[in-house]
Amino acid sequence: MVPVKYMLLIYSNPESWASLSAEQRDGLTRAHADLYKELDEQGLLVAGAGLADPITTRTVTIRDGVTAATDGPYAETKEHLAGFYLVECDDIDQAIGYAARMPDAEYVAVEVRPVMDSSGLEM
Amino acid sequence: MTDVELLLREQAPQVLSALVRHYGHFDLAEDAVQEALLAAAQQWPEEGLPDNPRGWLIRVGSRRLMDLLRSESARRRREEDAGQFVADVPEVPAQDDTLTLLFLCCHPALSAASQIALTLRAVGGLTTGQIAAAFLVPESTMAQRISRAKRSIKQAGSTFEMPPAAELDARMSAVLHVLYLIFNEGYTASSGTALHHAELTTEAIRLVRGVRRLLPDDGEVAGLLALMLLTDARRAARTTADGALVPLADQNRSLWDQDAVVEGEALVSDALAHTRLGPYQVQAAIAAVHGTAKKAEDTDWRQIVALYDVLEQLVDNPMVKLNHAVAVGMAVGPAAGLAVLEPLESDGRITEHHRLEAVRAHLLEMAGDPVAARQSYLLAARRTTSAPERDYLQAKADRLG
Repeated sequence: MVPVKYMLLIYSNPESWASLSAEQRDGLTRAHADLYKELDEQGLLVAGAGLADPITTRTVTIRDGVTAATDGPYAETKEHLAGFYLVECDDIDQAIGYAARMPDAEYVAVEVRPVMDSSGLEM
Repeated sequence: MTDVELLLREQAPQVLSALVRHYGHFDLAEDAVQEALLAAAQQWPEEGLPDNPRGWLIRVGSRRLMDLLRSESARRRREEDAGQFVADVPEVPAQDDTLTLLFLCCHPALSAASQIALTLRAVGGLTTGQIAAAFLVPESTMAQRISRAKRSIKQAGSTFEMPPAAELDARMSAVLHVLYLIFNEGYTASSGTALHHAELTTEAIRLVRGVRRLLPDDGEVAGLLALMLLTDARRAARTTADGALVPLADQNRSLWDQDAVVEGEALVSDALAHTRLGPYQVQAAIAAVHGTAKKAEDTDWRQIVALYDVLEQLVDNPMVKLNHAVAVGMAVGPAAGLAVLEPLESDGRITEHHRLEAVRAHLLEMAGDPVAARQSYLLAARRTTSAPERDYLQAKADRLG
């Protein structure tokens, strides 16, 4: 099936972010501005955004019917989700190519995940 | 689709061709035709059809193109060009340029996604909004994709002419492949978006019928149309009311569209007898064997195996080998089917594909190895990126658990 949607998930952690120089942070901003513009102009960008710092995160859980919203991210790792792109590509290699242009891949990592399709073929 | 909509879609490539032949500027002419189609879609249902619908669209499209050229020219300060934009409206052309238009939209400089989008708009006459809805992306994304595709064609220096003879075969394959992809996108079964998807199937069939009118002796065009008709004939039977997939063997065959089966079968028989053999004809022939079996048990699997042998001579595609293995499993037995799968284990194009695992699961289940079959179904369920396929494979695993 063509084209396929991929989610590019950008991971960061507070230490790696703090250790970046001003030039590196500028480079990061520029790389994303360029990539965003290019994907938009090519008609491949479905959505994309940066996410606010994890200290602003609330995690919602329901346990035994009780809803709670606690401070901070759900995953108990140093790394957190810092942003995402939802793109349409001909195949996963094209999506990997875009992920590889994000400096975040150098500092922490970018995940490429196919989006589930609501349609399918009979077996 | 209303009668007016169908009429507009049929006129779209004719009107665009007339404008491009007369004025050039494919990219702007394409926008102008869209606007003329939109104007007609609003006015005609209220005011009635004009005496000469194509002439009306060409006139309105020309006027709009003049506006676009003038503003483009002003933007570029090319005053010397502005004088030539007088509205000498092109005549309704005698020849049908739809093929030339298809070759341009399926230009090799474009990605598959762009070829599909541009073909649906410029040849199919669909609006950007309709195409965006069919592919579940924002309209602005699709609009950008179409503009970008037109710029790429321009940059590639392509003109509105038939490709040179030496390229014709390859370019024709590209056109048929794009039409096949549009069909496939529409054929994928779904629940929530069923309406939009079915429309792409109908549109692909309509476009191939159009190509066939221009090339009645081309066996692959006939084969592709037959393949679409025979596949689409199963549409009503391949999902349950809630969108779950029904495998071929379990489908209620009384729900199959018999008219489509009969037409597809006749088309492919005739093409096989009278034209050069090609992969779409063979795939259609396989679909015809399924389509004409009254019950699943009546399927002539030996005939299908023989057809896959032929198909493998024509194309190097691991998916073909995979389906071949299924057929061998049914005709000879599961062990023989599994043996056909073996070389695919080391074929990098398919080793991690969920269908390889799904076929293995199916053959292992037939072979009476429920434990291994269940493992393969579960792995296939994890590998697919389609929700209905995952649910189907998970259910198969559950039944063996």
